[in-house]
Amino acid sequence: MRGHLILRVVSKLLIPFLLLFALYVQFHGDFGPGGGFQAGVIVAAAFVLYALIFGLREMQRIIPPAALEVAVPLGVLIYAGVGVLTWFLGGNFLDYGMLDSHDPSHGQHLGILLVEAGVLLTVASTMLLIFYTFAGRGR
Amino acid sequence: MEFLINLVLLLFLSAVTVAIIGVRNLFAVVVLGGAYSFLMATLLIAMDAVDVGMTEAAVGAGVSTVLLLSALHLTKTDEAPARHSNVLPIALSVLTGLVLVYGTWDLPRYGDSDTPMNTHVGAEYLERSIPETTVPNVVTSVLASYRGYDTLGETAVIFTAGIGVLMLLKGRRRREDEKEEDRS
Repeated sequence: MRGHLILRVVSKLLIPFLLLFALYVQFHGDFGPGGGFQAGVIVAAAFVLYALIFGLREMQRIIPPAALEVAVPLGVLIYAGVGVLTWFLGGNFLDYGMLDSHDPSHGQHLGILLVEAGVLLTVASTMLLIFYTFAGRGR
Repeated sequence: MEFLINLVLLLFLSAVTVAIIGVRNLFAVVVLGGAYSFLMATLLIAMDAVDVGMTEAAVGAGVSTVLLLSALHLTKTDEAPARHSNVLPIALSVLTGLVLVYGTWDLPRYGDSDTPMNTHVGAEYLERSIPETTVPNVVTSVLASYRGYDTLGETAVIFTAGIGVLMLLKGRRRREDEKEEDRS
């Protein structure tokens, strides 16, 4: 997409704020609406916008499909890994209270932060990967 | 006031639905589908379900519209004319709609505090969430902590969907490439 000066400038201005909003939704999920799923799709939407304006090849130079293929299962592994970790710390599966031996509520916050990070990784990379596969077939 | 907002949004929603049925151009259908998702997201926010509204706006109106557009890029932009009469499908849709409306008669009134979901587990979560987890947003504490198993399952579902799309689309492409190599 060579022309479209306005689209290029506006999307370049918008994308950092989109990503910042996604991070806000991610880390503010304990206090306001949001969490891993919402943040993940916002991240994916920001990258899809970039790919639409600057081209799929340019996008795949930044995030290669191979990296996404690693990120999709990695998110699930992080989530399940937190569960296994709480097992070894003496609790039940996904019993976040065990993550902090002094204050279980800190463990809850830490556990939610970690599993939400896993959800974000899987959701964002799956959306982007599906977009890559669809958009890549047209050529 | 809220009733008026909901009424206007629902009217818009039905107008978009009728337009989607009537329009033959698939590009217009995809764009109208995006508009439908945005209206749905606004409606969900009016019902105080901000989490779901955000997801609907990002997935329904954003990512899936783009996915449908890129799928449209691979096929024709106009819907093929119907080969059979559409009386039976219309009758079936209307019948299903009527059954669903009949089903809503048994639903508790919206926002009623005496329903099982508000008196049984729901109240328990609201009472115990802050002392037990100190997470102010009960939606997050239920989703990620009390119901962590379910969310792990949901993440696995998304993972499976991604792997499925990858296997279906990428695998076929490789086979086509091999065929071309065989010919040359």
